[in-house]
Amino acid sequence: MRGLLTLSLLFAGPALAQSRVPPPPLADTQLADAGQERTAKALMETLRCLVCQGQSIADSDADMAADMRALVRQRIAAGEAPDRVRDWLIERYGDYVSYDPPLSAATGPLWIAPILLLAIGALLAARSLKRRRR
Amino acid sequence: MNRRLLWMPLVAFVVVAALFAWMLPREPDRQVRSRLVGKPLPDFTLAPIATGKPGLSTAAFRTGTPRLLNVFGSWCVPCAAEAPQLAKLAAAGAPIDAIAIRDTKADVAQFLTRNGDPFAAVGDDRNSSVQLSLGSSGVPETFVIDGQGKIAHQHIGAIRDEDVPMLLAKLDAAK
Repeated sequence: MRGLLTLSLLFAGPALAQSRVPPPPLADTQLADAGQERTAKALMETLRCLVCQGQSIADSDADMAADMRALVRQRIAAGEAPDRVRDWLIERYGDYVSYDPPLSAATGPLWIAPILLLAIGALLAARSLKRRRR
Repeated sequence: MNRRLLWMPLVAFVVVAALFAWMLPREPDRQVRSRLVGKPLPDFTLAPIATGKPGLSTAAFRTGTPRLLNVFGSWCVPCAAEAPQLAKLAAAGAPIDAIAIRDTKADVAQFLTRNGDPFAAVGDDRNSSVQLSLGSSGVPETFVIDGQGKIAHQHIGAIRDEDVPMLLAKLDAAK
């Protein structure tokens, strides 16, 4: 019994400070329009939770993620395009908030490297095949 | 030619290993800064939440005097921890307004009674919408707003003792 208690205490982490105010309704309620809900959900999955940085706001239980989900649903329901909502957040938090990074000087190598490596591979293969044919 | 090519994978490996050795020990900066620093405060109007104090709107920051804008929650532990420093700032003459995130009247009243009340006005941001429009990514955060309503500085996390003179200097510089 005592061992169990010690063990459970060992694994008990400090509770994350969360508000007692319940999340806004739209945080966890789907939109009535299935198409809009699909759009909103797809967008949520590509937005980063800012207080739990490894998760998307669709996956996170943090208060702030709930508030961000509500914001996304509200704006999509009002007819705003998903890219406009994403841009609004990027304007405030930078590209970091989006899991869909744009092509820029910093991300350029990530986009170009695979193409470059593939081209080098093709070149090497072509050369060695040519040699073998002789 | 081909002989030399054979060394390429090893060279590539050494380059990658060197990159890892250089980058890995670095402490990553996990703070998400607001991109609105240097830009005008977004428009908002918040209802009052602290008894006897007005709510908060953008107009309050366009009076010509720089002000501090504290983003807090009564449920947030570091927010209570920075209360003495906020009191020091207020005592030094810094005007401070606040936005209470996801809070209730009763909880805010209790928080201000227990930790002291340096605020001129406290706005009720129940669903964090103003916090999100500010580009603030957590509580507590403190913004320095110049007299024209432009965000001059963002302080992320609790204000520690050594941050007090820095914030006063930022307020002074924002004049």
